[in-house]
Amino acid sequence: MMLETTWFVLWGVLWAMYFALDGYDLGLGTLMPVLAKDERDRRIMYNAAGPFWDGNQVWLITAGGVTFAAFPATYAALFSGLYTALMLLLFALILRGVSFEFRRKVDSEAWRKVWDVCHVAGSFLPALLLGVAFANIFMGIPLNAQGINEGGLLDLLNPYGLAGGVLFVLMFSLHGALWLGVKAQGPIADRAAAMAEKLWMALMVMVVLFLALTAVFTQLFVNYLNNPVLFAILLLPVAGLIQARLALGRRAMVKAWAASAVAIIGVTLFGVIGLFPALLPSSLDPAYSMTIANSASSPKTLKIMLGVALVFVPLVIAYQSWLHVTFGHKITDADLEYEEAY
Amino acid sequence: MDVLLLSRLQFAFTTFVHFIFVPLTLGLSLLVAYMETKWLRTGEEVYKRMAKFWGKLFLINFALGVVTGIALEFQFGTNWSRYSAYVGDIFGSLLAIEATLAFFLESTFLAVWIFGWNRIPPKLHNASIWLVALAANLSAFWILMANGWMQNPTGFVLRGDRAELESFMALVTNPFAWGQFLHTLFAAYVLSGFFVLGISAWHLARGSNVDFFKRSFRIAAPFTLVFAVALVIQGHSHGASVAKYQPAKLAAMESHWETMARAPQYLFVIPDPANERNLVELLPVPGGLSMLAYHSFDAEVQGLRDFPKEDRPPVTLTFVSFRTMVGLGFLLPALAAWVWIRRKTPEDSPRLLRILPWVIPLPYIAIQLGWIVAEVGRQPWIVHGIMRTEDAVSAGISVGQVGFSLAMFTLIYGLLVAVDVYLLMHHGRKGPKSSVKGDDTRDADAVGMRPASTMA
Ligand code: HDD
Ligand code: HEM
Ligand code: HEM
Repeated sequence: MMLETTWFVLWGVLWAMYFALDGYDLGLGTLMPVLAKDERDRRIMYNAAGPFWDGNQVWLITAGGVTFAAFPATYAALFSGLYTALMLLLFALILRGVSFEFRRKVDSEAWRKVWDVCHVAGSFLPALLLGVAFANIFMGIPLNAQGINEGGLLDLLNPYGLAGGVLFVLMFSLHGALWLGVKAQGPIADRAAAMAEKLWMALMVMVVLFLALTAVFTQLFVNYLNNPVLFAILLLPVAGLIQARLALGRRAMVKAWAASAVAIIGVTLFGVIGLFPALLPSSLDPAYSMTIANSASSPKTLKIMLGVALVFVPLVIAYQSWLHVTFGHKITDADLEYEEAY
Repeated sequence: MDVLLLSRLQFAFTTFVHFIFVPLTLGLSLLVAYMETKWLRTGEEVYKRMAKFWGKLFLINFALGVVTGIALEFQFGTNWSRYSAYVGDIFGSLLAIEATLAFFLESTFLAVWIFGWNRIPPKLHNASIWLVALAANLSAFWILMANGWMQNPTGFVLRGDRAELESFMALVTNPFAWGQFLHTLFAAYVLSGFFVLGISAWHLARGSNVDFFKRSFRIAAPFTLVFAVALVIQGHSHGASVAKYQPAKLAAMESHWETMARAPQYLFVIPDPANERNLVELLPVPGGLSMLAYHSFDAEVQGLRDFPKEDRPPVTLTFVSFRTMVGLGFLLPALAAWVWIRRKTPEDSPRLLRILPWVIPLPYIAIQLGWIVAEVGRQPWIVHGIMRTEDAVSAGISVGQVGFSLAMFTLIYGLLVAVDVYLLMHHGRKGPKSSVKGDDTRDADAVGMRPASTMA
């Protein structure tokens, strides 16, 4: 079980990395109608995500791929069970992805409008859908003995699921506003910081509410009550959020953004640890849940994949960190005039 | 309409669209990297402008390759969940390795290349596009080892209700998968070569940016010829490999019904699957099929009638696709040879310049046909000999759900492909930023941007 448990943790870490990275560019897109006053502002927001969004999105592909490789039965039940929600997520990500490349390629106001709409919708919807999906995973979906979800799309939109959606939208928006604070200067950076302060308040309220709802709707706390040391994991989101607010107050945006990333990782790990040993609980009968015991790959595959992950994931983190450092500078006029800029 | 049929249509449609963009990524990344290296080596500004111009077309194409790729990875779980649960141990790990080793590298260093022209040292900048090219080709390797396993499963044992990994070495040394990998790569390089040649010829015919496009032409000419010839030779040995591992597919590719030694190769055939025969068979080459498939005029070639009806792939589609691909496979090296002869003075051959833009679609067509041969010819199996496609489709999804997603894919992809092709043609025709050699300030173009050299 050691190997399966290791993979369970890695699985959680990959999703956490995905949320902490793609979260900020999805948040940027979500906030665009609120924070951008004119074309220049919009371009600043596109370029704040410019060099990073594709690399960030690959964490989703990897998290999905690892679910497939390490826990195939979970991948099968989860992806077919949430069919329509995932398709909507996919269409949103497709439209957002091309909006970067397409919008500046034709010089027309109407043309840009079209891609801006795709960009905003394509950023907001994934944030919402991922939140709804993960809240439903935390709560469990009506999986039957064959691993088939007996519920429909609308069943996902229960109060807890919706709370998860709102939580994610707020979390990603805050993260995005902070990143804009890192990359932008002048009035738009001030607006971003002011917006981040408001979002932080809203997020605090939502986090408390979500934890309370979690106690009511899910079994996540069982692991924690059986093993109170685990509560230490909550230090991550709590410390992250507090540190984010303190740094934001000083307008130390890089620190604030990093702290918010820690908070997102903490929230994700908190949920995932509560799930253990299930990856996808069944709300019909615990015996039908997808767990590390009944859905894992063979030990051989897990070992090979572990080798690959231990070598290459740190390498990826290293060069992506380098990317963020190299292109983390404030956006200037020269950057906007750069011919390859978005 | 049932869930199976709709899911097959959706998977076929979305992979086809993905594969409109993939091959150009594989080949053009190499050419752009080479052009930039040439700029660093010679210091001639024209090569820098080349890397930028062809790089722009590369990026327009790349955007759709990325977004359509995600759709494929999702679909194994959404539409083929029983398949995923059955083979995830093997197939899933290859996909996960592809993402970890290739996609991260590709997306990260492409960003470095796009945004780094004035920010990082030129050598590092050039290295980043080489890394993109490497990563793209690496991703092709892993995905084709995965697809190759479905064609010729190796290195596994069936245990309980699934296939489990037995030997990872066997997965990555699968001879059939290697054949597919090389064949697909060569095809992608040929496509990219003709893409550069076609656009260059279009401009040369109009006398615009003559020096720039003559040099682009000269870079693409040997590249195209080498891989067009290699493709035919390698394609032939790949056919032999099909004969060895998937005899039913080979029989369908040739519309060959009767098992016989010294099987002839007919140059013209009209299949008649309903009556298990061919309506017309003309111009036989005695023993030709035996020779092509088994390298011996006397070898026995199994006919379709030897396979139970329920194990036979669709014949007409497989056959017509294969014939057309091979036809194009002979036409393209001939054209490439003509190009190569004229590589130094293309402007002296107006006929060649007129033809070449029209050749651009041909390798695209051949590539899609090749995938029809490989995938339709594999039917009714999803994993050859082990799992049938009808047993692979997700349980628990409805016709309404798949109908909705297929309709959305059709709508969105239809629009995106139209926009992308328009942008490629628009920017391809517009040509590079300035035709004045060595003058960086003229790089800034009509869009009204300041020259690169005054930024940084
Ligand atoms: C990694 C695996 C993989 C790869 C690289 C490809 N395919 Fe595939 N293909 C499948 C895995 C698969 C599959 C999952 O096995 C399908 C789905 C349903 C089926 O019958 O097989 C399939 C079906 C399928 C069909 C429908 C066949 C039928 O239903 O009769 C077509 C036309 C293609 N594919 C075409 C392609 C193209 C153009 C590809 C180039 C990107 C491609 N495939 C790559
Ligand atoms: C059905 C199987 C396939 C799946 C699941 C798949 C999956 C993907 C995914 C998820 C991406 C996006 C990566 C990103 O965001 O950067 C992608 C892109 C890519 N894929 Fe595929 N793919 C398939 C078939 C193929 C084949 C057969 C090849 C090559 C021979 C290929 C070559 C590429 C390349 C080069 C890219 C990079 C982006 C681009 O296309 O321009 N793919 N693929
Ligand atoms: C005389 C020339 C050619 C021969 C003998 C040949 C042979 C083959 C064979 C036997 C297959 C089926 C492999 C399988 O079932 O998996 C195949 C597939 C394919 N062909 Fe060709 N081919 C030729 C030319 C071309 C050309 C010109 C292109 C494109 C420019 C091309 C692109 C493809 C592709 C993309 C596939 C699917 C991938 C694969 O299975 O390798 N081929 N070819």
